[in-house]
Amino acid sequence: MTDDQQHLQTLTDIKRIMERSSRFISLSGLSGVSAGLCALVGAWLARVWLVAYYERWDSTGVYNDADYADLKVKLITTALVVMVAAVSGGLFFTWRRAKKNNLPIWDVTSRKVLINVCIPLAAGGAFAAGILYNHMETLVAPTCLVFYGLALVNASKYTLPELRYLGILEILLGIANLFLLRKGLYFWAVGFGVLHIVYGIVMWWKYERKGSFQ
Amino acid sequence: MNPIGNLNKIFESRIRLGVMSVLMVNNEVNFNDLKQMLEVTDGNLASHLNTLEENGYIKVYKGFIGRKTNTTYAITTAGEKAFKGHLAALEHMIKFTK
Repeated sequence: MTDDQQHLQTLTDIKRIMERSSRFISLSGLSGVSAGLCALVGAWLARVWLVAYYERWDSTGVYNDADYADLKVKLITTALVVMVAAVSGGLFFTWRRAKKNNLPIWDVTSRKVLINVCIPLAAGGAFAAGILYNHMETLVAPTCLVFYGLALVNASKYTLPELRYLGILEILLGIANLFLLRKGLYFWAVGFGVLHIVYGIVMWWKYERKGSFQ
Repeated sequence: MNPIGNLNKIFESRIRLGVMSVLMVNNEVNFNDLKQMLEVTDGNLASHLNTLEENGYIKVYKGFIGRKTNTTYAITTAGEKAFKGHLAALEHMIKFTK
């Protein structure tokens, strides 16, 4: 029945337009994998510096103010470099996927995702800056994880719905970290590294593997 | 009962159908975004938007961003009801003819 098929086609079109106009569906799973790898490299570097710092402390036997300040600058710089690398990688893979599917990368839906990620993330950034200012460094990792998780939960309404679960896991991890304060780096590596990689592979497997669009 | 009696003639155009689909899931969409999402030309989209407005299915807000015009569109309650009715009729018809 061609008439029947035509109406079915109409319904499919409606569904597709609704989905496409309200959700940013070009977000690539590979973005998650690359961001996760950046985070793991960053965490490894941070560990190297921390270990070296404690070795120096042990050998001299006294606390050195300048050495501590130096460590802090190194760690913050690493974090910023990792962030830039992760975001660039993410943008690259998403841009590639959008191009492959002939979809615009900068449209209403991507703007919505960006705005909704940025609100909790900016709040978290300011919060973490306040924590550093008050010399409560151990709280930085849990804060980052919780606010990042909230940002993902918030953005999931405008992109792949599975992002919500990643967000919830990041929040839980951040809260768990609050109760195991000195293990921040490990939680950081799991949250930003391992979880991203697992999520990215699952999303890639689910949506991109066949090179087709849903 | 005539199985296609409940279909709404206004929504027979693919572009009008597209406009309604977009407006169902977005609060307010401007002209350029609609154009980009539906991949149609200015004139074509404008005339279909007029038809929808004349039938009271969409609301038009004319505004400015700086000196450039920014016209946004939103669905009306009547439009939402009519579109849902149309979808139900489509669904019913597909089931009915099987």
